[in-house]
Formats: sequence, C-alpha cells, structure tokens
Amino acid sequence: MSFEKFLFYLFAVFLIGAAVMVITRKNPVHSVLFLVLAFFNSAGLWMLAESEFLALALVLVYVGAVMVLFLFVVMMLDINIAELRAGFVRNLPVALVVAILMVAELVMVLSPERFGLKHYAAPAPKPADYSNTAELGMALFTQHIYAFEIAGAILLVGIVAAISLTLRRRPDTKYLDPGQQVQVRAADRLRVIEMKPEEKA
Amino acid sequence: MIALSDYLIVAAVLFSVSVAGIFLNRKNVLLLLMCIELMLLAVNINFIAFSHFLGDVHGQIFVFFILTVAAAEAAIGLAILVVLFRTRRTINVADLDTLKG
Amino acid sequence: MESVLLAIVLAPLIGSVIAGLFRNQIGRAGAHWVTILGVATSCALSFWVLYQFVFEDAPVYNQSVYTWMVVDGLRMEIGFLIDSLTAMMMAVVTFVSLMVHIYTIGYMAHEEGYQRFFSYIALFTFSMLMLVMANNFLQLFFGWEAVGLVSYLLIGFYFKRESAIFANLKAFLVNRVGDFGFILGIAAVAMYFGTLDYAETFARAPEHAATTVNVWGDQHWSLMTLITMLLFIGAMGKSAQIPLQVWLPDSMEGPTPISALIHAATMVTAGIFMVARMSPLYEMSETALSFVMIIGATTAFFMGLIGIVQNDIKRVIAYSTLSQLGYMVAALGASAYAAGLFHLMTHAFFKALLFLAAGSVIIGMHHDQDMRHMGGLRKYMPITHWTLLIGTLALIGFPGFAGFFSKDAIIEAVHHSQIFGSGYAHWLLVAGVFVTALYSFRLYFMVFHGEGPRKFESHHEAHDEEGGAEASVHHEVPDEPVPHESPKVVTVPLMLLAIPSIFVGYFTIGPMLFGDYFDGVISVAAVHDTLGEIDFHGAFGFMLHGLTGIPIYLAAGGFLVAWYIYTRRPILATEIATRFDWAYWILDRKYGFDDLYQWLFARGSQLLGKGLWQAGDRVLIDGIAVNGSAQSVGWLASVMRFLQTGYLYHYAFAMIIGLLGLLTWFVIV
Repeated sequence: MSFEKFLFYLFAVFLIGAAVMVITRKNPVHSVLFLVLAFFNSAGLWMLAESEFLALALVLVYVGAVMVLFLFVVMMLDINIAELRAGFVRNLPVALVVAILMVAELVMVLSPERFGLKHYAAPAPKPADYSNTAELGMALFTQHIYAFEIAGAILLVGIVAAISLTLRRRPDTKYLDPGQQVQVRAADRLRVIEMKPEEKA
Repeated sequence: MIALSDYLIVAAVLFSVSVAGIFLNRKNVLLLLMCIELMLLAVNINFIAFSHFLGDVHGQIFVFFILTVAAAEAAIGLAILVVLFRTRRTINVADLDTLKG
Repeated sequence: MESVLLAIVLAPLIGSVIAGLFRNQIGRAGAHWVTILGVATSCALSFWVLYQFVFEDAPVYNQSVYTWMVVDGLRMEIGFLIDSLTAMMMAVVTFVSLMVHIYTIGYMAHEEGYQRFFSYIALFTFSMLMLVMANNFLQLFFGWEAVGLVSYLLIGFYFKRESAIFANLKAFLVNRVGDFGFILGIAAVAMYFGTLDYAETFARAPEHAATTVNVWGDQHWSLMTLITMLLFIGAMGKSAQIPLQVWLPDSMEGPTPISALIHAATMVTAGIFMVARMSPLYEMSETALSFVMIIGATTAFFMGLIGIVQNDIKRVIAYSTLSQLGYMVAALGASAYAAGLFHLMTHAFFKALLFLAAGSVIIGMHHDQDMRHMGGLRKYMPITHWTLLIGTLALIGFPGFAGFFSKDAIIEAVHHSQIFGSGYAHWLLVAGVFVTALYSFRLYFMVFHGEGPRKFESHHEAHDEEGGAEASVHHEVPDEPVPHESPKVVTVPLMLLAIPSIFVGYFTIGPMLFGDYFDGVISVAAVHDTLGEIDFHGAFGFMLHGLTGIPIYLAAGGFLVAWYIYTRRPILATEIATRFDWAYWILDRKYGFDDLYQWLFARGSQLLGKGLWQAGDRVLIDGIAVNGSAQSVGWLASVMRFLQTGYLYHYAFAMIIGLLGLLTWFVIV
C-alpha cells in the first residue's frame, strides 16, 4: 500500500468517523467540533486530489469562519439538549435502515466496476511548479467572472440579511450620541440661581 | 493508486451518514444545519474527485461556488436560528409548525 | 321600389314600437291611431304594389337590402323578393290586418292592455310581411319565428288566466316541433346548395334531383324529398296540420281579433305560402307531394268532424279553419299551388269575416261564447247576422261566393291528380264539403235562429261550467238583459270584409288559376299540372259546371240537415249524440290527440325533466360537479394538509425517499 493510499484511508476513516460522531453526540458543541475535524480530513482528501487551493480555503475560510460561527451560535444559545434528543433511540433503526440502504445502493452504483481505475485512469501527478491557485484563478476570473461577481453579491446579501435579521434595538441600552453631546450648552446643564445667604439661626 | 470509485464511495458514505443524522436529530435545527453542511461536503468531494480524474478545473470552480453559497446559507441560517431562539426560546423543530395546514 | 317596400315593412313596426314602448305617453287613442296609420300605410302601398303587378306587369323585384353577415360564402341577408305571389300575400295580409285593427278598437274598448294589444298586432303584421317578402330562407325563418312569437304573446294576452298560459305554451311548443323540421330543412338547403337565397336554390335544385342522402343505416333518401318533407314539417306546425294541429283550437284563448288575424287569415297560411313559394323544390319530389296531399285531406275531413260537436262559437270556427287549411294543403299536394293560394286568399277574407262576426256576437252576448246560450240573435244584431251569413255561404261554397270557386278548384285539381293518395284525398275532400256545411249552418242556426237568446231568458243559470273557454276577463254584465248590435268600428270592418268574401272569387279565379298571374313564380311540372286539366270557360262557366258536381249537393245536404236538426227538431241533436255516444266521445276527445300528447310528451317530458333533474342536476351537476369538485378539493387539501406537517424532517424524509427511489431505479435498470 502506497503512502498516498494510506493517507487516503486515514483521512477517509477519520472523515466518516467524525461525521458519525457529529450526528450522535449529545452536546451540540461536541458535534461542531467533530464537524471541524471532518472538514479537516476532507481538506486532506482534497489535497490528495491535488486541489490545494480549495483544501486550504476549506480549512481557512470554512473552518475558520463558518464553523466558528456555528460554535459561537451553539454556545450562545441556551438549549435544552434533553428535549432535542427525545426520539433519538426511536429513530435509530429507521436512520440505520435508510443509511445502510443508501450506502448499499450508492456503492452498487459507484462501484469500482464502473468508476475504477480501468475506466478512469489516475492522472499523472502535476509537475512541481504547477499552481492550482493560478489555474483556478485563470478560470475564475476569465470564464466565470460573472458567476464570481454573483457569488460576491450573494455573500453581500448574506451579510446584510444576517445583520438585519439579528439586529435589534434594546431600549435599555445606554449609549452616547456624540452629535447631541457636542451641541450641549452650559445653560442646558447648569442653572445659576440667586438666593440670599441663610442666616444662622 | 487511489481510484475515482474510492472517492465516490467515501462521499456516498458521508452523504448517507448525514442523511441518517437528519433522521436522528430531527428536532435540533443546529444539527440539521450541520448535516446539511456534511451533505454539501460530500457533494464537494465528488466534484473534486471528478475534477481531478477528468483533468477539468471547472469541477473545482463549482466547489468554489458551492462553498460560497454554503457559507451564505450557514450565515443566514444561523441568523434565523438566533432570531428564532430569541422569540420562541427553543430551536426544537417539533415546535416550529406554524405553517402546518 | 325599394323605399316603398321598406315603408311597407317598417310602417307597422314603427307603429308597434311606438305603441309598445310609449304606451303611457300616447294613451289608448294614440296607440290605435299610430298602429292603424302604420298598417294603413302599409296596406295602401301593398295595394299599389299589387296594382303594379296586376295591371302594369311590373318586373319581379329580387334584391337584398342589407347583408347581415357572410360566413364561408354563405350570405345571410335581408332582402325582398316581390313577385305576383308576394304582392297578393302582402295585400291580403295588410288588408285583413287593417280590418282587424279597426275592429279591435270596438272589441277591446273596455279591456286592459289596450296599447299592448295594438303593439302586438302591428308587430305581427310586420313579422308576416317579413315572412312573405323574404327572398332567402334566413329571413323566411325570421318571419316564421316572429309570427310564432307574436302568436305566443297574443294567445297568452290574458296572461293572468291559467288556460291562456297553457294554450300559448302549447302553441309555442307544438310550433317548436314543426320548426325543428323546418330549420333542419333550411340547414339541408344551406348544406347542399351553399346558399340561402331562393333564386339560387331553385336554380341549383335540378343539379341535385338525383342526389340521395344517407339518413341512417342503409336508408338512402332523395335529397329533394328530405328537404321538402322537413320544410313541410315546419308548415305542418305553422298551418296546424295533423298531427301538429292541437295548438290551433286552444289558441282561441286569445282575444277574438287575434283569432281572426292570426289563426284564420294570415299566420296559419304561412305554411301554405311557404310550400307554394318552394314549388320548384316540391315539384321534384312526388313522395313529398303525396305526403302533403294525404296530410291535408286527412286534416280537412277529420278536423271538420270535430267542429260539429263543439259548443264554443270560436272553437267551431277554429276547427273550420283547420279543415280549410287542410283543403289548401291538399291542393298543394296536388301541385295546384295556385288553387291553394287562391283558397288561401278567399279564406282569409271570409274566415276573418266569420271570426270578426263571431266576435261581434260575443260582444253582443257580453263575452259569453257558448252557443247553447245563444239563439234568435238575428233580431238583435242584423248587421252581424247578415255578414256572418255571407261568411258562412262563402265557407260552404255557395255558388258565386268566394269559397265556391276556390274549393271547387281544389276538389277538381285533386280529382285530376294522379299521384299516390289522390283518390283517398279526393273522397275525403268531397265528404268534407258536407261536414263543412253541417257545422257552419249548425253554428248559424244555433246563434241566430230559434228561440230568443237562451242566456238572457234564464239569466241566473247562465255560465255553466262546460263553456269553460270564455274569452274575457271578468266583465261587468250590464243590466240590460238583451243583446245589442255592436258599434260601428266593429260592423264596418265586417261589411268591408263581406264584400271580398262575395266577389273576390268570381273576379280573380280566371287570372289566378287559369291565367298567367303566377307565371314564372310557381313552377309546376307538366306531369303534375292538375289545374291545366280542368276545363275553364270563364268564372260563370265554372259556376255552372260546379252545379253538376257532387260537392254542391253535399253542401246543400249539409245545410238541410243542419236546418232540420237545429231549427225544427232541436232535440234530435241530443238523441243522435246519445245514440252514437262512442262517435261523439271520439270527436269530443278530438281523436285523443290532446290526451296522447299530454300523456306522452307532456308527462314524458316531465318525467324526463324529473329524471334529468334527479340524475343530471342533483347527482351529476350538484353532486359531482359542484359539490363534488368542492369536496374533492377539500379532500385533496386534507391529504395535502396531512402531508404538509411543517416539520422539516418530513420534507427531508420525502426527499430521501425520492432519492432512494431514483437510485433503486438506476440500480435496477
């Protein structure tokens, strides 16, 4: 078994194992952490498939931003885990049956008989000076520039939507209005009154 | 050597696991979102594998866009989740049946 | 010419519209003035047109005035075909109509709905003129339906009376049966000739002499026979021939002027007119001619028989109308179109006269129509008496009177006819003469002779139940217990109608039947030319010849029998009725036509309607279509609602099931 193959199985096993852990953990925080592990392993798989840019992007952007967002939300919410776990055991058989059925069928479809090396020979390894990023960038910024722009717009809309959804005014929040602050005059704050000195009794 | 079918089977197993996850954690919106992320990941693995074996970079372009959209989806999904939790004090899917006919 | 023709048609229409729509503004006098003015204009111009044709030899006018639409080469137009036939019909229609208009002033003087009545009869005149002046089938059909409509309105004039509503509905429905055939005939013409124009149809008819039509199964009928039979079915409805005659006696529910105008003189003759107009088509089908003749002769004799047992004065005349229409139809069947039209014309005059005289009697009797209540009226109503006598003589064919010439011509023509059924028809028509004389003089003697009016002798027991068909709204019976002569507006039209009833036959038989008046208008195949076989040496010669025939003696016999029974031995009538009670029963039941139709069609359609209501409306439409669709939507929605739980995992589950299914299919295939 070549080293590459060993790596592949390592990543694959960890990926599947992490995925299983994601769906079986009681605590959502653990689930998110296993999800991160799954993403790491899948990034390794992508690396094996010579998609270095995407593998790194997955780790940096996805794990670094999206998964942290998940983690953040999970920790912020005060969830009753027991209630959400209800029916887990009851659903287990159905889930297992469905999953096994699907795996069986998918494996039958995607078997090596159809997609093995005989049919799809392993491509020759890329030379050392090959840059996946450059190639991806060439395609992205020439052929797919419009789609790229649209993707940017989607992200922008996503940002706007996420902010506008969660933004709320709290009446009890104390904050300063600098505009009002600089307009304040002495008379607004201070009233000079005259009074007679009190005589001592 | 690693065959295309190896990648595809890994992706298929990953997809099936996430489907099972949807069944198992059907009350927890958070877990559902995570399962969707896993599904997308499985699909992405497929794309990468085909891109690699067919020597076509466009598969990776697809993955790029899927990641973009998935990120946006996750952001909005989580925002909705937060709003939901604020108003209902729960993320139990079973309680979210206002649309029921 | 065109403007004259338009004026003839439109003057009554304008009068009708004004009288109908502005009845409150113009009042009673205004209504009769405006309509009479319209009809009088029309009448004067019609006579001018007639004059043009009789003395000036005017050319045939055949032009369309207005094109309604053109569909796939089929032109739908309004147009006028004015020839000698049309000119005669126009003159007859407008003249009788004018007389009736004037007469109505007196007859309807105390009735409600006076303006409405005038509006209707003027509208009728318009419709009838449209019918006779048409140069195409579409306009003919328009006029045909329009007179049907007006007839419906007028029979139901007393719309608060149930029997009137029954009668007008009956008339309308029976006419529908005829019209069904009629419109099929027109459709066949349009289909095979591609035109609705008379002239073009007649021109193309010979091309289709041998065409056969597959009716159903292996039945191949001659196209011409089919068309003419279908058209004749329409004529049977309109001209009340057996078996569609049932509506005419009931139509006596309408006011008497209407009976005179529509159900004696004009509308019912539309069928006769139509067949005569279509003579080029009828000549091509001997089968149709035989059918026409047999139907006509049967109607002529058997309907006359019923007239003998009727007690309602108007019904007697109504059955006499049926019988006379039968004569006309029989003449048509014998290809003696001219004789049929000639009888149509003379009949229009004397039948209108009879009806109006009967109406005058009814006025005199304070709207009692039962002849058993009358008697000895000649002392009280001399003018009515004399004019009715003239009408009766014309009807039975007293030598020299109008009816004599026309009826004798018909009998002679049928006698000469060689087609199938002519022997049967001839004997029935001859026997019909006796029957005609019998019921006519029965009426005359019962009304005008004998002891004084029975009604006024025993005033309190009047209005017995049998005289059910009284023709009036409840009228205050004035205190004076004697009948009185009618006012001038009633008697003047009587006298005016009496004149042509006597003379029109003598002066017109020559040119109309044996001259060239109808040349080029009516076509008769040489083999069928029955009129041509009659020796004619002037009207007087024809009269003398008539004296040698059987019909005149049969008429005299009828007169004598009626005279003996109804003036000498009144008890005899009852004795005969009891002796031959079965015959009386059959006649009294009108051969059971009414009962049969009532049982078969009225009840049948009620059952059908009930069935359709139950099965079609309640179950199919209400149950399945209306409520069913609502329920199925509700059911579907409840299923959908069950599916739409709102739970995400259910949707995911459905999606995954679909995915699994797809995969399975992929694996298996």
